[in-house]
Amino acid sequence: MSEPLLEARGIHSYYGASHILHGVDFRIDRGETIGLMGRNGMGKTTLIRSLLGHLRPRAGSVKVRGLDVTQAAPYRIARLGLAYVPEGRGIFPNLTVRENLIMAARAGLDGRCDWTYERILDTFPRLAERLANGGGELSGGEQQMLTIGRALMTNPQLLILDEATEGLAPLIARDIWTIIRGIRDSGIATVIVDKNYGAVIGLADRCMVMVKGRAVFDDVAEKLSGDVVQKYLGV
Amino acid sequence: MDFYSFLIQLLNGVQYGLLLFLVASGLTLVFGIMGIINLAHGSFYMVGAYLAFSLAGLTGNLFTALPLGIGVSVLLGFALEWLFYRHLYARDHLYQVLMTYGLILVFEELRSIIWGDDVHGVAVPDLLSASLPLTDNLSYPVYRLAMSGVCLLIAGGLYGLIKKTRLGMMIRAGSSNREMAEALGVNIKRVYTVVFALGVALAAFAGMIAAPVSSVYPNMGAQVLIICFVVVVIGGIGSVWGALLAAILIGLTDTFGKVLLPDYAGMSTYILMALVLLWRPEGLFKR
Ligand SMILES: Nc1ncnc2c1ncn2[C@@H]1O[C@H](COP(=O)(O)OP(=O)(O)OP(=O)(O)O)[C@@H](O)[C@H]1O
Ligand SMILES: [Mg+2]
Repeated sequence: MSEPLLEARGIHSYYGASHILHGVDFRIDRGETIGLMGRNGMGKTTLIRSLLGHLRPRAGSVKVRGLDVTQAAPYRIARLGLAYVPEGRGIFPNLTVRENLIMAARAGLDGRCDWTYERILDTFPRLAERLANGGGELSGGEQQMLTIGRALMTNPQLLILDEATEGLAPLIARDIWTIIRGIRDSGIATVIVDKNYGAVIGLADRCMVMVKGRAVFDDVAEKLSGDVVQKYLGV
Repeated sequence: MDFYSFLIQLLNGVQYGLLLFLVASGLTLVFGIMGIINLAHGSFYMVGAYLAFSLAGLTGNLFTALPLGIGVSVLLGFALEWLFYRHLYARDHLYQVLMTYGLILVFEELRSIIWGDDVHGVAVPDLLSASLPLTDNLSYPVYRLAMSGVCLLIAGGLYGLIKKTRLGMMIRAGSSNREMAEALGVNIKRVYTVVFALGVALAAFAGMIAAPVSSVYPNMGAQVLIICFVVVVIGGIGSVWGALLAAILIGLTDTFGKVLLPDYAGMSTYILMALVLLWRPEGLFKR
């Protein structure tokens, strides 16, 4: 088996005294798409933040392409080719749209620059019309496009999308799903967290379901039976 | 007041304001970006003045002293950030005030050991020692004009750095959302170190170029520190453009206050601060 792109074992994470993740294993291969599912407060965002170094796990290990990054600074992990579209979007409101994109620009690990500023603007024509606007002046959908575009500017090998369609009007959400599908098809590995389970299952090679800080299901999407969905996701 | 006296006071006020801006810009950046209240910032101004005194003595000329002094102050900035300030970022303002006040005492003690407690002067470089005659008995020193010009150039450079360069974008991004900036690969700790060293160098440079007009004396940082906090508060915490505007306002208020209302001169800048804060509690420029 080839070396995983990202592999975490036995992650235990805390917020202060509250024990949130109870020994979670996580693995994603190159080009793979993983649907990370679970009801509110089950620990999806906490897992992502633990993988990316924003929250230091108290036990367990995280490896990127075999390199141990459990104690590495978040910016170092990011530079290994991991990009993040966080819950709540995280655009910089005090930077213009153009600056939000430019500040993130970086060649990929292999030196390739598949995603250039021009290509991002081609992909998101609505951003091209608003280059001089402050990030905070955009609509929700535009902000989401900016966050995704900004993540792509780093030419990542893995894109983690946490609730990218949350709070968007259905038509805009559909646009975002089309974009996510395009990114997946371009060969970038993706981790998708979303409340639209149907869309997630449609895109994912593998699904992982979390309940109270534990992975209760981790297998190919086809095996995600109605029972599991009913029991753990409550739909 | 006749026109030429007014002009002289105007130029003096602007020059004083621009000098304050050099010191205050670092203070407001460090406060706005790293959240640090740096009481020792005035000491960097003093260090600059003493560096100018020593290095101009050593090399015989202020012009050669300046680049050397800038180099020394940048190194000092890196060292101080690494040794002391980086441990303060996550801490309460009380710790910051305690430690940076302690640093003032250390700097004054070191100054006393190295340079003694006497007042020193630094010669204006020959090239700039002339005066422009305005009337038969009024003239204006070229050196002061040159000071204003250099300060304006630096203000322009700072504008370019913050608004136009990627480093500037990263600085602004990091001040709005540190975690997100790091998630995009920005080494925020290094950005902080650079910003801090820049602030130290700006304050020290201000001290160096002020040395020929203000002389060099113990505790000279304290006065500048207080007035620079007034500048930062009036300008809006973290806003470099606010600091520029506020510094010039303060420079003019102070200069004309001394001429027009000599009995209340000490109060004029604080009255200005009170008025501005009544009008805009967050300062002129809210970030
Ligand atoms: N900053 C924090 N401090 C303390 N507790 C937190 C913090 N963030 C999250 N938690 C708690 O950690 C648990 C897991 O939260 P997390 O955000 O990882 O869940 P999630 O699966 O992403 O949920 P959602 O679908 O609502 O985004 C929750 O019980 C939450 O209350
Ligand atoms: Mg979440």
